[in-house]
Amino acid sequence: MDAILLQTLNGLDKGAAYALIALGLTLIFGTLGVVNFAHGALFMIGSFCAVTLQRLLSISYTTIDPEKTDFLGNPAKIETPYIEGWFGPEIGAAIIDWSVPLAIIFAIPIMVTLGFIMERGLIKHFYNRPHADQILVTFGLAIVLQEIIKYYFGANPIPTPAPTAFKGSLDIGVMIGFDPNAIIYPIWRLIYFVFSLIVIGGIFAFLRFTTFGMVVRAGMADRETVGLLGINIDKRFTIMFGIAAAVAGLAGVMYTPINSPNYEFGMEFLVLSFVVVVVGGMGSLPGAVMAGFLLGILGSFASMNEVKQIFPGIDQIIIYLVAIIILLVRPRGLMGRKGVMEE
Amino acid sequence: MLGLNNRDTRFFLIVIALTLFTPFLLQPFPEGSAMAQFNAGYPDLMQRFAIYGIFAIGFNILLGLTGYLSFGHAAFLGVGSYSAVWMFKLLSLNVIPGIILAVIVSGIFALIIGYISLRRSGIYFSILTLAFAQMSFNLAYSVLTPITNGETGLQIRLNDPRILDGEGASQYTNLFGLDMSSSFKLAMGDYVFTFNAGYYFCAIIAIAAFYLSLRIFRSPFGLMLRAVKSNQHRMNYTGLNTRPYTLAAFVISGMYAGLAGGLLAAMDPLAGAERMQWTASGEVVLMTILGGTGTLMGPILGAGFIKYFENIFSKINDNILHAWFSALPDGLEGFLVTIIHPFVGKGWHLTLGLVFMLVVIFLPGGLVEGGQRIKTMFSRKKNSDAASDVKPAE
Repeated sequence: MDAILLQTLNGLDKGAAYALIALGLTLIFGTLGVVNFAHGALFMIGSFCAVTLQRLLSISYTTIDPEKTDFLGNPAKIETPYIEGWFGPEIGAAIIDWSVPLAIIFAIPIMVTLGFIMERGLIKHFYNRPHADQILVTFGLAIVLQEIIKYYFGANPIPTPAPTAFKGSLDIGVMIGFDPNAIIYPIWRLIYFVFSLIVIGGIFAFLRFTTFGMVVRAGMADRETVGLLGINIDKRFTIMFGIAAAVAGLAGVMYTPINSPNYEFGMEFLVLSFVVVVVGGMGSLPGAVMAGFLLGILGSFASMNEVKQIFPGIDQIIIYLVAIIILLVRPRGLMGRKGVMEE
Repeated sequence: MLGLNNRDTRFFLIVIALTLFTPFLLQPFPEGSAMAQFNAGYPDLMQRFAIYGIFAIGFNILLGLTGYLSFGHAAFLGVGSYSAVWMFKLLSLNVIPGIILAVIVSGIFALIIGYISLRRSGIYFSILTLAFAQMSFNLAYSVLTPITNGETGLQIRLNDPRILDGEGASQYTNLFGLDMSSSFKLAMGDYVFTFNAGYYFCAIIAIAAFYLSLRIFRSPFGLMLRAVKSNQHRMNYTGLNTRPYTLAAFVISGMYAGLAGGLLAAMDPLAGAERMQWTASGEVVLMTILGGTGTLMGPILGAGFIKYFENIFSKINDNILHAWFSALPDGLEGFLVTIIHPFVGKGWHLTLGLVFMLVVIFLPGGLVEGGQRIKTMFSRKKNSDAASDVKPAE
């Protein structure tokens, strides 16, 4: 029992990342009808927003302390981040420590702007081109974005730690009545999961309960009619693209403590997220979220030793295998609407 | 000639000539001159031109004729490489059995994957092929290690059985005793031309592969595939089952990929799982689209373009840049070097991505379409009537 619970928990953080990226992909596909292969790159850029903020905050000035000497006997140089100079050492250190959560605020405007530029500058011209062209041009864009990041940040993964308060693990088993040490779970992963639930809930509430969301949903159902009613649906769809970019970016920001980002970070997630979208059903938002968590958890169950003994290598292929089976027996995905991209 | 009409015969002869004279054509600058780094006439790169040309020609039979965009073709290349290396280990270092087995195994592999994937079309087909390729890649890395030798990659060893090889047989891949790596260097003044056995072996196979694809393009079968691309529904409504045709195209292109994989192994007897990764599949898509989908020459051009830039562009470093602009004033020199620096050397992927995007946006027909547009522009000036019936020079 505790093993099952543990594997479910383990699958949640990966599943949450899949769900967030797949949600953005589906938003873009549902509104603009565009298959965005650059979405993984947006996730990656989000994670590098966290890296950048951490670096910006840690910019230091050097002072020479004549009292102390370093191991060579020279006067010691002390690096003090400017931020500690401005806010005092304690608050300054705390700000640097909390740079990953703070990067959320930093990343939102960047990602939204990037989304706007992408949509207006490139994607707009591809509405009426075949899906293959959209895949290809966004694939090219993904390469370009990756290479730009690689140029400035290098090819190696950059460790970006979580705040000290959230490091370490939580013994969840004890809280719900299991033996101690049966279910140990890193705190930050739990936070990632909760964060993703908040974001997903926020998106759904936004679409459900605001007038703007209502118009967008109407546009997803029948773009032409909404346009004929005198509503500038293109503008709203552009905003939705910005939001989808921000969701991918936030997923990236919060994922940095779990996995150090490098420039190829997004591509691994992109391939899996596409599988997630297809399994969930093209254009279905709840489907994308559900399939994301489902595949994340399935993946973690498949990597249990007991399962691996029966089916060697199953952990490597389970997600693709599920996708193939679902595509063959239920072409429109788990929760896809009838008639949407069934062919 | 060979069942081709006059126009195609001329075209085919040009391709043969270009392929056979590649060692001259790719060596336009004298040795030791400042431009010598742009020479591409060394064996390794020429072999790659031919091999990836075959890969792209095969991919084009699927994408160009039927319109199915496969994102998993590298799996067949990888399977071909593995089977060829196994042949080298077990039977003989003669390349013929290895390449034959590579084609057969990848064909069977393509038959299975194609049979399942072709039940869907459009983006679902892409995802299915991608899923299969990723599965093969992951398995090759993990569980199938006894067959694939995991991360190290499969390579030949001295104590391999090699039952067909005698005592004194060559320790390198060879064609009936002719080592693939053996080269003949011809020095003419400042120029040095290298004629490599492996390149000519690949080149002859590439010419055969090209001929086959030319025949497929002109055959009733090719016409049927084009009909599938332009309107599959209508084909189905006329009572025709299109699946066997698309499956045949898929298997043929898979066998081309396997042939390319086998040749890669024959030139350098080493097979690794990274050849099957989806980025490798993406590369062949890039080649085909960049050159021109559905044209005969396009994929070869695209493969040559990408491989050339991968090898030549990526070698340009800051010192070379400084040497180029050394005649300019210092400030301007530094400025130019800073501007160009991100696009060359390690950053050549950035150039590739940009070029690829520009091609998809402005030239959906690829480099071939670009060439045609330029041609039309000039011929229109001379004779405005002739411009209207310019046919695509496939």
